[in-house]
Amino acid sequence: MADAALRQSSAPWLLSLPSLLLFVGLLAVPMALTAVLSFHVFEGMRGIQPTFTIANYVQVLTDGYYYELFLRTGLMSLGVTAICVLIGVPETLILAKMRPALQGTFFVVILGPLLISVVVRTLGWQILLGRQGPVNSALLSLGLVEEPVRFLYSMTGVVIVLTHVLLPFMIVAIWSALQKLDGQVAHAARSLGAGPITTFRRVVLPQLMPGILSGAIIVFTLAASAFATPAIIGGRRVKVVTTAIYDEFLTSLNWPLGAAIAIMLLIAIVAVVLGSNRLVERRFKQVFA
Amino acid sequence: MSNKRIDQNGPIALAFHVLLTVFILAPLVVVVVASFSDKDFISMPFDGASLRWYREILDAPELISAFWLSIRLAFASATLAAVVAVPAALAIARHRFVGRDAVMAFLMSPMMIPHVVLGVAFLRFFSIMGWTGSFFAMVLVHALIVVPFSLRLTLAAVIGLERDAENAARSLGASRFVAFRRILLPLIMPGVAGGWVLCFIQSFDEVTMTIFVATPGTTTLPVALYHRIAFLSDPVTTSVSTVMIVGTVVFMFALDRIVGLDKVLIGKK
Repeated sequence: MADAALRQSSAPWLLSLPSLLLFVGLLAVPMALTAVLSFHVFEGMRGIQPTFTIANYVQVLTDGYYYELFLRTGLMSLGVTAICVLIGVPETLILAKMRPALQGTFFVVILGPLLISVVVRTLGWQILLGRQGPVNSALLSLGLVEEPVRFLYSMTGVVIVLTHVLLPFMIVAIWSALQKLDGQVAHAARSLGAGPITTFRRVVLPQLMPGILSGAIIVFTLAASAFATPAIIGGRRVKVVTTAIYDEFLTSLNWPLGAAIAIMLLIAIVAVVLGSNRLVERRFKQVFA
Repeated sequence: MSNKRIDQNGPIALAFHVLLTVFILAPLVVVVVASFSDKDFISMPFDGASLRWYREILDAPELISAFWLSIRLAFASATLAAVVAVPAALAIARHRFVGRDAVMAFLMSPMMIPHVVLGVAFLRFFSIMGWTGSFFAMVLVHALIVVPFSLRLTLAAVIGLERDAENAARSLGASRFVAFRRILLPLIMPGVAGGWVLCFIQSFDEVTMTIFVATPGTTTLPVALYHRIAFLSDPVTTSVSTVMIVGTVVFMFALDRIVGLDKVLIGKK
């Protein structure tokens, strides 16, 4: 009897054991080792020393270079998030009004690229945004610009491409909020005399807010952790946190400093996620309580 | 009548939608079109069409071997992820135990951690363990980062499943394992298989983490492609990318047949 009860209570742990072993051995241990690495002393000639220091963190937190790096990455991610909201909200509402067959097709068109390698998508943009690429030829022949716009190796280009890469996540998040929305409420508002703008602002938008916020958190964190796109489109001119980590590890070979920047990035992202989750909870307690 | 009016997209909405569709598809279309150029550099537009850059793939043995490495890596890591994630999904879906939420959060955590940070951690770990350049070690870390996808789809398949058939089998004398293999597994197979395909794609496409642990002998296709794109303009990248786009579309159809693409992409139950 006791044996059966014991088996019952140990069953979930036995079932989770293989995955937990994999995760402790290959996630918890390497992450802890990286945290330790970030406190090691690094000397240009002799490499990583067995002595400990907080100098790497002092450098990241006080050096204006790293301050600018994190600020640039934050502003870039914020910009991408804002554009994704501005495009994602209307597009999701448009999708919702489509006939089911068309809706299915356009879901595949909009979300399918998520499954195609980000390197391939970025290559497409590298060709499109080149000095003599199709976008610049179009802008020139339409007379919108006098001379080719420099998209490559500029923040503008990085933001455009990251928006393309991350927009599907925003649309998915808003779509799931929209599924919970009662379409009749919007009809009621309209039939009671509210114009389309008032209906959108006072009825539809507040109900979409949870979806927009969770989409914003996803897009912001993915933008701040993106590597291939800023590395290819931004190059050395637009350095962000991830490309700086890559350079410390594979070019300067200063692993302890690179590890310190990586840990700071992780902390910053966790802080943003937890902070915005609390904000969301507080706000919506006020709305729905 | 008025209901119908607000239920339809107006001309401005449709124009917006068309522009957005162009924005989404343009980079993919341009890669495919540019791959048929006969010039020595990537150019759009071009005059002479040719299959030159497809023949060029066959003359680049390092791309071919990177491709097969990526395929083997994706196959092995998706399989390993399913092997560990399916029992974990059963534990989480069917048992109430202390630490259940923590186990779930732990197993989903690779989705929250930036892949650059994971890459750094694995690079350090591999160098300490002497695993640098080991294919097996790459399988382990790829499996780790795709487990959340397998777990999510398997969980969706297990939750809401009736236990009647399984209980009947058990009361008729089937062992736990037989009941699992003959009754439960076939019932959750669409979720497991869909998860496997999604894991395969995620592993195959992964570049940010892999770039840190890839060595000349263990370079995956996206990493090889990244190096060629970031440092030189090489038209063979467009033909390789076209092959990858076509391959992904084929996989998308497979995924759609197995579980439904909407379930995978939107997470609908």
